[in-house]
Amino acid sequence: MHTAFIVGTGHTAFGRHEGRGALALMADAARLALADAALEHAAIDGLLCGYATTLPHLMLSTLFAEGFGLRPAVAHSVQLGGATGAAMIMQAADLVRAGRCQRVLVVAGENRLSGQTRDSSIQTLAQVGHPQHEVPNGTSVPAYYALLASRYLHETGTTEADLAELAVLMRQHAATHPGAHLRTPITVAEVMASKPVATPLKLLDCCPISDGAVALVVSRDAGGGARVALLGAGQAHQHQHLTALASVMDSGAAAAARRALIESGLALAQIGLAPRGGAAAQAREGRFARHGPLPLNTHGGLLSFGHSGVAGGMAHAVEAARQLAGRAGERQVPRATHALVHADGGVLSSHVSLVLSREG
Amino acid sequence: MRPDPIDAPASETAYLDGIQQGVLRYQRCAACGRTLTLSRLACPHCGSADLHWLTSNGSGQVYALTQVTRAPSEAFRALLPYTLVLVDLDEGPRVMAHGVPGLRIGQRVRARPLQAGSSALMQFHPESAMPEGPP
Repeated sequence: MHTAFIVGTGHTAFGRHEGRGALALMADAARLALADAALEHAAIDGLLCGYATTLPHLMLSTLFAEGFGLRPAVAHSVQLGGATGAAMIMQAADLVRAGRCQRVLVVAGENRLSGQTRDSSIQTLAQVGHPQHEVPNGTSVPAYYALLASRYLHETGTTEADLAELAVLMRQHAATHPGAHLRTPITVAEVMASKPVATPLKLLDCCPISDGAVALVVSRDAGGGARVALLGAGQAHQHQHLTALASVMDSGAAAAARRALIESGLALAQIGLAPRGGAAAQAREGRFARHGPLPLNTHGGLLSFGHSGVAGGMAHAVEAARQLAGRAGERQVPRATHALVHADGGVLSSHVSLVLSREG
Repeated sequence: MRPDPIDAPASETAYLDGIQQGVLRYQRCAACGRTLTLSRLACPHCGSADLHWLTSNGSGQVYALTQVTRAPSEAFRALLPYTLVLVDLDEGPRVMAHGVPGLRIGQRVRARPLQAGSSALMQFHPESAMPEGPP
């Protein structure tokens, strides 16, 4: 088996890109990723594209290939909700490792904020709910996550102020990223006082809706720069609808991460995780800060870097790759050697974990 | 094993049809006997497609709840604020529905039909406040 390396990354700023459609945003990100990898269009022989809610096309990957000037030997359009980006990276690595492709471009983006009304976006997203059993109740994505959160708080003793710690941390990190959607610092008191959306979640506990695109290149050839390899990947899909999730303490996230870690040959302790219900305490202690022992979402995550659908999830992988390559600028984490990237789609429905490593 | 009394014909809309009639329906696998959450095409435990629709007695326990203050559409804005619940029915399946204000996780509840504008919904009430018998 070959090793798969991430050799180039690119993204637009997240926020509002009035008048720029999904394909144009994807092209912006793809151009940056190719330039970063010092590759010509013709070098790309595999293409994976994430879906765009503002462009529900039957064949998005080949539509993009035609517009962007690619003639890939393998092309797929992938739909796995917010887990799509990580799933595409896993798939790209498998295409490379199996020898099917040399260099796979992975790209996603859309004008989710400016390309539709707020109501339209919220209703489109609510359709991840069950059309008979859930949606007729007047549900929304925040309401699904609020139901999950209510039970998680009940079982772990986590409080609303604990959740607020993570929103504050994400904003702190986003403030150091010029491409982030939301960069104004916030406090725990401001999160707690923000408008209620669906208890226990308030406005500042929820992601913004962003325009934006993200791309990266997965290659068999490590290239000339720092070598960032995908050491392991794993998925788990235990339910589609929230009602069918048997326990909020077992959504499939752990199963996906376990598979990725086993494939990577790393132990969980080599990356580290907070214990169940212990994340807020660790956030307060600064353990997730850029200079802490376990830096978390150093770009600001979905909460503050922004959420542009598939690209929102992919931004985490791009940030991890840049950190491992030592190219995160003022956000650079000291001595970064391994990163765990996790993405979920739907309502904790689809889980994909990736283990990235700096080689050499 | 005694055959199930089938309360509704097999249909892709059996659950919503039940809500229109003011009852909560659930599926039971005729092969392995387990009760199922949501509407399934095959039993997730044994794979059988021989699934029967039954009527719940409407009683259960709150698994999760949220009070919603931002509605997804104009029709639901009129109801704000409203409570959504996940309830584990005594027969086993979990359902999503409305709840009266002030419910808590773990509380015993019972379903009652709720007409909200043109929408037929089910709403859970504290069991202690409810008369006996099916909804």
